[in-house]
Amino acid sequence: MMQEGLDDGPDFLSEEDRGPRAVNVDLQTDATLQVDISDALSERDKVKFTVHTKSTLPNFKQNEFSVVRQHEEFIWLHDSFVENEDYAGYIIPPAPPRPDFDASREKLQKLGEGEGSMTKEEFTKMKQELEAEYLAIFKKTVAMHEVFLCRVAAHPVLRKDLNFHVFLEYNQDLSVRGKNKKEKLEDFFKNVVKSADGVLVAGVKDVDDFFEHEKTFLLEYHNRVKDASAKSDKMIRSHKSAADDINRIASSLYTLGTQDSTDLCKFFLKVSELFEKTRKIEARVAADEDLKLADLLKYYLRESQAAKDLLYRRSRALVDYENANKALDKARAKNRDVLQAETSQQLCCHKFEKISESAKQELIDFKTRRVAAFRKNLVELAELELKHAKGNLQLLQSCLGVLKGNT
Amino acid sequence: MQPTSLEQLEEEEAKDSFDVDVAVTNPEKVGDGMNAYMAYKVSTRSSLPMFRSKTFSVRRRFSDFLGLYEKLSVKQSLHGCIVPPPPEKSVVGMTKVKVGMDDPSSVEFVERRRAALERYIQRVVSHPSLLQDPDVREFLERDDLPRAVNTQALSGAGFLKMINKASDAVNKMTIKMNESDTWFEDKFQEVENEEQQLRKLHALVDSLVNHRKELCGNTAVFAKSMAMLGNSEDNTALSRALSQLAEVEDKMEQLHQEQAASDFFIFAELLADYIRLLGAVRGCFDQRMRAWQRWQEAQSTLQKKREAEAKLLWANKPEKLQQAKEEITEWEARVTQYERDFDRIGMTVRKEVLRFEKEKAKDFKSQIIKYLEAMLQSQQRLIKFWEAFLPEAKAIA
Repeated sequence: MMQEGLDDGPDFLSEEDRGPRAVNVDLQTDATLQVDISDALSERDKVKFTVHTKSTLPNFKQNEFSVVRQHEEFIWLHDSFVENEDYAGYIIPPAPPRPDFDASREKLQKLGEGEGSMTKEEFTKMKQELEAEYLAIFKKTVAMHEVFLCRVAAHPVLRKDLNFHVFLEYNQDLSVRGKNKKEKLEDFFKNVVKSADGVLVAGVKDVDDFFEHEKTFLLEYHNRVKDASAKSDKMIRSHKSAADDINRIASSLYTLGTQDSTDLCKFFLKVSELFEKTRKIEARVAADEDLKLADLLKYYLRESQAAKDLLYRRSRALVDYENANKALDKARAKNRDVLQAETSQQLCCHKFEKISESAKQELIDFKTRRVAAFRKNLVELAELELKHAKGNLQLLQSCLGVLKGNT
Repeated sequence: MQPTSLEQLEEEEAKDSFDVDVAVTNPEKVGDGMNAYMAYKVSTRSSLPMFRSKTFSVRRRFSDFLGLYEKLSVKQSLHGCIVPPPPEKSVVGMTKVKVGMDDPSSVEFVERRRAALERYIQRVVSHPSLLQDPDVREFLERDDLPRAVNTQALSGAGFLKMINKASDAVNKMTIKMNESDTWFEDKFQEVENEEQQLRKLHALVDSLVNHRKELCGNTAVFAKSMAMLGNSEDNTALSRALSQLAEVEDKMEQLHQEQAASDFFIFAELLADYIRLLGAVRGCFDQRMRAWQRWQEAQSTLQKKREAEAKLLWANKPEKLQQAKEEITEWEARVTQYERDFDRIGMTVRKEVLRFEKEKAKDFKSQIIKYLEAMLQSQQRLIKFWEAFLPEAKAIA
């Protein structure tokens, strides 16, 4: 019964949610190409995103248009960037995580089953909470898909990608089915080889100080962001649990308060009211910490991985170049297939230099973006914490004023 | 015999004013190994002439408190008095302390017990009848108190068992009481409901305490990982801001710790106390029922004796007849006595319940206000922490 209400319902985005939501990235919005997710629909097992584009570029048939895309199509686009050799020298914007409503859905299901065992008020309250949680997850997944598109649109080279344009404009289903088992297994092995390689390649000391520093930095940074991300999640979960407890305590005090009309009962009612309000604020605090801190860390976990991947590709190109050099020397020594070796060496050299050049800029941009994003989010976090604490303080002060006045 | 009106009862209440303050402090371990025990300092301050001086103190151990309760409940609850129950025994908690563990949970256990004992004894001395009891005075004043033996029955579980056994006996009564006044029935029902509600609430507050402790631990761990991240960050201003954030989170951990303590020591313990006290209230209602039962049984015995006398009037046995007449007189006196006892116990119960409700309202209000004030201070400090952090975040460039 509840599932239907949420699933095939209308869009969840209120007016204030529309517009660029690229919270974790500080991007210059460029009038030549603006992309956002203007709408989203949650169905039983998928989410449909309405991708809205505004562009003055000649590549598109219209200046403004929208298409509907699903998560798999975002992944297809991301993977096409990764597999494109021309983009080896860029940090590929990390793919958005799969929308995951499983936990939330399970909770709503359990609530439905337990409907008989709780009072009407308790049931309504819990339902509202779970719906709010569902909505929060929904908004997050929209934001993360949007950020991916905005990053691509802001990138001087990737924004010109043909697949990207198809993604934005083609108003039919792209028919990109999810990877089948065989493909997933291939991917797995590719990653295994990459990690083994990664260790090998990381051992090669770089002549270039900049890259040597970046390698060391990124390896450590990535691990620490991973750790911080996991720990922030745990902390925020405890916070939510405590807020839930306060909610139940408020209900219990309310029941006590309605037993009679004595002074004490009136007292309980007032305190129950306070806890109701206070726990809403606590829940908001946890939600804001989630958005401004946990999500930020998660995003930079993915981006730092993408940066590491870039360094890896460069290292691979360097190894290839060095191997080509060795092959050329050997060929010259033996005076056999020299031309072939020379061409090969030149190609490797060119590839390596091209990657190095763009990688340098990409890594500098990454740093700038990272610093800006952290600044924005930390400032907003602090401001929200203050706002909520002041709200709580005011509630407590006014309630205490009433309670003490009456005693 | 008509019970005195409620107004008269309330007036009597108002006249009682107290001037006795008891504190339980300085827990100290005495002895070693499994025979070790905690001794507490019990200090009394009072201007009442019944005490030997204005301030004095003695050392008492937990079993002494239990022993006092046992003596009081044997005497006083028969009169319908609500005797405050002591805190529960805890084998696990105490063993850890004996073995000499200095970990935070043992420290918390001792503090919890100390605070609970203090509230217990304070409730005892605030009760006008109990304060007059010589056992109470002896407990407060006597330097070396004979050790209480056999306090097994009166530990938490034992106490509850006793109450429930009494209730069972009442439920099995064949003669149902015909209440001329529904006050007792209604009040008993109220008490039962409230006890149930408080148990529910207590479980919820317990859950809150646990989640807050969890939050505490997780915040500390997060703070450390933020500090590490700050160290890795190669932009100087951002690195500093992240370290500052780690410090804020460290301070938050401290706040959560204090809030959890407040949740527990102020809120949860208040509820635990009143769950036990409501049990004691139920107990005195049961005592009244027992008194009624005794009266009824005496009446029924008297009736039997009269029937026996009537039979003997026909048989010609003058000595037996004389004996029967004597027995009738005896039982007539008993019936009168038991009826008077029943009325008196009824009056006491009413008075006690009124007093209890007043105390309860006062207690809950003052404790909850204390709890909210702790929350308020917490928020004020939180604001300070984030206000200090904000400029650091803004300074990132």
